[in-house]
Amino acid sequence: MHMNRREFLQLLAVAAASGMALDSKSALAGKAPANFYDVPKHGNVSFLHFTDCHAQLLPVWFREPNVNLGVGDAVGKVPHIVGEQLLKKYGIKPGSAEAHAFTYLDFTEAARVYGKVGGFAHLKTLVDKMRAQRPGALLLDGGDTWQGSATSLWTNAQDMVDACIKLGVNIMTPHWESTFGAARVLEIVNKDFKNANVDFVAQNIVTNDFGDQVFKPYTIKEQNGIKIAVIGQAFPYTPIANPRWMVPDWSFGIRDDGMQKWVNDARANGAQVVVVLSHNGMDVDLKMASRVTGIDAIFGGHTHDGVPQPVQVKNAKGITLVTNAGSNSKFLGVMDFDVKNGRVASYKYRLLPVFSNLLPADKDMEAFIKQVRAPFESKLNETLAVTDDLLYRRGNFNGTWDQVIVDALMEVKGADAAFSPGFRWGTTLLPGDPITMERLMDQTAITYPQTTLTEMTGATIKTIMEDVCDNLFNADPYYQQGGDMVRVGGIEYTVAPNKKIGERISNMMLKGKPVEANKTYKVAGWAPVGEGVSGEPVWDVVAAYLRDKKTIKGVKLNTPKIVGIGKNNPGIADYDGSYS
Amino acid sequence: MNALRRNVLKGAAGAGTVAVAVAAGLLKPTQALAAWNKAAFEAKNVGDAMKGMGVSAPADSKDISIKAPDIAENGAVVPVEVTSGIAGTTSIAILAEKNATPLIGDFKLTGGTEGFISTRIKMGQTALVRAVVTAGGKSYTAAKEVKVTIGGCGG
Repeated sequence: MHMNRREFLQLLAVAAASGMALDSKSALAGKAPANFYDVPKHGNVSFLHFTDCHAQLLPVWFREPNVNLGVGDAVGKVPHIVGEQLLKKYGIKPGSAEAHAFTYLDFTEAARVYGKVGGFAHLKTLVDKMRAQRPGALLLDGGDTWQGSATSLWTNAQDMVDACIKLGVNIMTPHWESTFGAARVLEIVNKDFKNANVDFVAQNIVTNDFGDQVFKPYTIKEQNGIKIAVIGQAFPYTPIANPRWMVPDWSFGIRDDGMQKWVNDARANGAQVVVVLSHNGMDVDLKMASRVTGIDAIFGGHTHDGVPQPVQVKNAKGITLVTNAGSNSKFLGVMDFDVKNGRVASYKYRLLPVFSNLLPADKDMEAFIKQVRAPFESKLNETLAVTDDLLYRRGNFNGTWDQVIVDALMEVKGADAAFSPGFRWGTTLLPGDPITMERLMDQTAITYPQTTLTEMTGATIKTIMEDVCDNLFNADPYYQQGGDMVRVGGIEYTVAPNKKIGERISNMMLKGKPVEANKTYKVAGWAPVGEGVSGEPVWDVVAAYLRDKKTIKGVKLNTPKIVGIGKNNPGIADYDGSYS
Repeated sequence: MNALRRNVLKGAAGAGTVAVAVAAGLLKPTQALAAWNKAAFEAKNVGDAMKGMGVSAPADSKDISIKAPDIAENGAVVPVEVTSGIAGTTSIAILAEKNATPLIGDFKLTGGTEGFISTRIKMGQTALVRAVVTAGGKSYTAAKEVKVTIGGCGG
């Protein structure tokens, strides 16, 4: 299977034509053309894919990162390319609608021109439009769907389960879903999903005791008489990155051997197309694609990378395409395969940005969302403060939203320093936007929201930072967990991503003095993975801080000095700090 | 596996857990075994443990495969499987290199038993899990890193 050079150039031309040609980076093309969503069908088997929507039912702002460093073999390769380098790599016109969707460039100005992204009513319209040309196309949900908003937390994920059934999801695999607890996951899978014919697949979740499959490893469907297998790959490190006690009887892991076994099984059962719906994260998917044979495409998520075209990965028996479809309902991936003589002969792929201004809301979905929100409207709409700054989270080391959270933790708790997890979800606010309770919950809505205040030695603080840093920058993707670096308040530091664990963090300074290994510091944090931790929910702590401040402005971003990555690394640009 | 079989097996697990308890360090090997290799099991580093086992400079072998998680879900019970494809395998030992006493177990295989063991081990920190296989009087080895992490902060 391959896309020839001419097809690829044609596709780029289509992409480029949808934003008017511009010379200047700062000039914005303005409204995208009316044919923005005309995607001619190719071949006879189609997949629609969204992932990591993080329970965002309404349109939002979402800024892509300006720091997304690759390590090991991934330095400077997709998805570790940001900003103008990304535009150049994919031939996207600066200033166009796509440039806004795929990069952080001129974010505030571009956001005002192109409007909000995502929203299930708009996504539904796009899904239906694609399906109208592609009867039988399968809609894949890559997970991190039930968590990330106030309403999903307060309805115990029911709003998202119902919304996904209405959207027409056919197949799903999980990650954050597990943080509602094993019993709730099983209830949804065995009742809501079963009744609606939604398949929940995960080859890499087995019981702790006998290693039995907890869910179906894969499902077989048919399109135009062609048998298709979709194998599920849940986030492999769920019981490590999230609370173990919430899924005590399940074991996860990457399980290449299991994947190969189920690919072979699916082929033996007549599948002519075998794809994986994955929550591995893109670097793990790329490695898996090089080791497991017989997969036509891996539709990936977790790392929230909006990647315009698949990466073609060679392995012992052929080529596997690897995609990643961003986050926050901002994109819909459309993959068309032409299957001939029992195998995939060619493909066409588009990662379509979901611009809510360009897609009329689906009336039924709009009414459903309104009804879900009704009991909570007054709570959701409480304005806690107004921001004068752009508030965002995504980026390897820190974001302005996380800075607000660690500032709040330190001030309210009286701490010397604070840690906030390196989550990649969380929406963006433009200067002048009100910070409502709903927007705060976008950053904090989890089932283990307790805040903590702990006495830690300098040595312990360093150990924690080294540990998390290795989960991000271990040279072997199979040892990475896919989050970003823990956000650190109060302590300045230098980081060397390409070193080994224990050697990456240095020059730790607190209020102008070196952090001492044996001295004790008060450290605030939230989201403990251990069982039985008590503490005020983080949203209450931050809400109190915001109500007190009334206006957020001049947020001082604590970013580490980065060393050993080179001045010309395409994974970093416009960094608010120094790097070399 | 059906639920009935699962419950029966769980009920019968009492006998089977002895070996696991030994491996996890819950039972002192002296309680379980009449004669045990004190020098090897009490050794504080890999070199001394191997010396105690009578092994010196084992050859790296690609015929030994170690199946263990890349990152442990729970350092207290890390599932490890070792398969030796070396003909005439008579023992398989497992060492967690950074444990206070690295030698976890030394499994003797007799009468043409398949070179395969499966157990759960306890690990205090990220380390290489090493298998040492004896076959035809010679020693062979392979290792795989298992990471033990604090957790949190994912995704």
